[in-house]
Amino acid sequence: MNWRALAVLGLSLASAAHAAEPPSPARAAALSHMLHQECGACHGLRLTGGLGSPLTAAALADKPADSLTATILDGRPGSAMPPWRPFVSADEARWLVEQLQQGRLP
Amino acid sequence: MIARLLSALSAALCLLLAACASPPLRGTGDLGVVIERARGSVQIVEQSARRSLGRVDGLGDLSHASVVFSRDGRYAYVFGRDGGLSQVDVLSQRLVKRVMQAGNSIGGAISSDGRIVAAQNYQPGGVKLFDADTLELLAEVSTGGSKVVGLADLPGNRFAFSLFEAGEIWLIDASQPRAPQVTRYPNIGRQPYDGLASQDGRHYLAGLYGEDGLALLDTWQPEQGVRRILNGYGRGRAALPVYKMPHLRGWSLAGDYAFLPAIGHHQVLIADRRSWQEVARVPVHGQPVFVMAEPGGRRVWVNFAFPHNDTVQVIDVPSRQIVATLKPGRAILHMEFTARGDAVWLSSRDDNRLTVIDTATLNTIAELDAEQPSGIFFTWRAQRMGM
Repeated sequence: MNWRALAVLGLSLASAAHAAEPPSPARAAALSHMLHQECGACHGLRLTGGLGSPLTAAALADKPADSLTATILDGRPGSAMPPWRPFVSADEARWLVEQLQQGRLP
Repeated sequence: MIARLLSALSAALCLLLAACASPPLRGTGDLGVVIERARGSVQIVEQSARRSLGRVDGLGDLSHASVVFSRDGRYAYVFGRDGGLSQVDVLSQRLVKRVMQAGNSIGGAISSDGRIVAAQNYQPGGVKLFDADTLELLAEVSTGGSKVVGLADLPGNRFAFSLFEAGEIWLIDASQPRAPQVTRYPNIGRQPYDGLASQDGRHYLAGLYGEDGLALLDTWQPEQGVRRILNGYGRGRAALPVYKMPHLRGWSLAGDYAFLPAIGHHQVLIADRRSWQEVARVPVHGQPVFVMAEPGGRRVWVNFAFPHNDTVQVIDVPSRQIVATLKPGRAILHMEFTARGDAVWLSSRDDNRLTVIDTATLNTIAELDAEQPSGIFFTWRAQRMGM
């Protein structure tokens, strides 16, 4: 099985799960810190964008959650977005997308 | 008796008032400004005493911020992420003026005559020129929405910058600040992420994210156009992820060499400054962010992108060996040398601390509290091209 098939499988598995299992409070705090500080290096501390696109609820409203989750995990080739899979699990990435789309991580 | 008492009283009162009205005279050459990114403030610091003198609040979103100084070193111009341009009086520790000049900004520069402050913007792109005294808008150079990176001042009231999406270098001549003239250099390479001007103002270099190499413009021979240097430095090796873009400024060039961060490779590239040929690659701890030569040029200090941002390495230039690996704190975002390099100040974002290191002994000689500090900017920058 090549990586493309694996990615498709990963995506369909990800979409099969409805909502992400919420991380523990300590892990949620660590993820929020990472989002604002490390992702914020390109997307802005307030997520309003920079070299990276804005991550505000409004900016992400019409984007499919699955593809946003895949972007966090595996980056976006051709852009400056790197893969964050070494630092977040698939569930955590999905949880981050949910929080972002609902504007809960302002 | 009463008359004498009154006169003594009034003399005392005068002294008191005088003391209130005029603080002791001092220069700004020993001062600096530290960005507190989350709080939206700056601290004014004193280099020799290694202490904070005060704080100026109300500067907006400083999640990415940079600073240039007025020629007299009195005013700091702070460029914030939210497009705010703030003029801070370093002596009186006051916010003098603030304009919102764009939706999303990345930095700026000041002209060679000190009269024009230029701001570079991500949203809506472009460069805006302001009067350094009044912050009145003088002119706007549109880049058609392309994000502007690597704005640097050049002699003769010129500026150079690069366009991230468009892959171009532009020179603007602002000798008539209300009618700047633009010269475009297209096809310089994919996704320039930052740029620098050499301290003599002759060379402008743009680092490329989208390919392995840098674009070089010799502004003494602009008709020769832009050429590629260090082309294909990563050839044959898979690129590693880059979790923070490196930053380029004039500190990358010292003595006979240029010291540059490789993109996607944990290496510092060393090039000869005459031929611009590669001389060596030094393997380092992570993705380099700031590769800064000490003012004397003998050693080069390097900090790193996440997840290696707790480490700073020091490279000895003649031997090209790493002579020290330091762990000065969590999330080291920036380093700033004193003008003559006796000390270096480091900001540790996640430890809410500034650490001052004696460059001779590499010992920590002071620590100062700061709220999520990022950039540290000393006033010597006022006197240096390309800073």
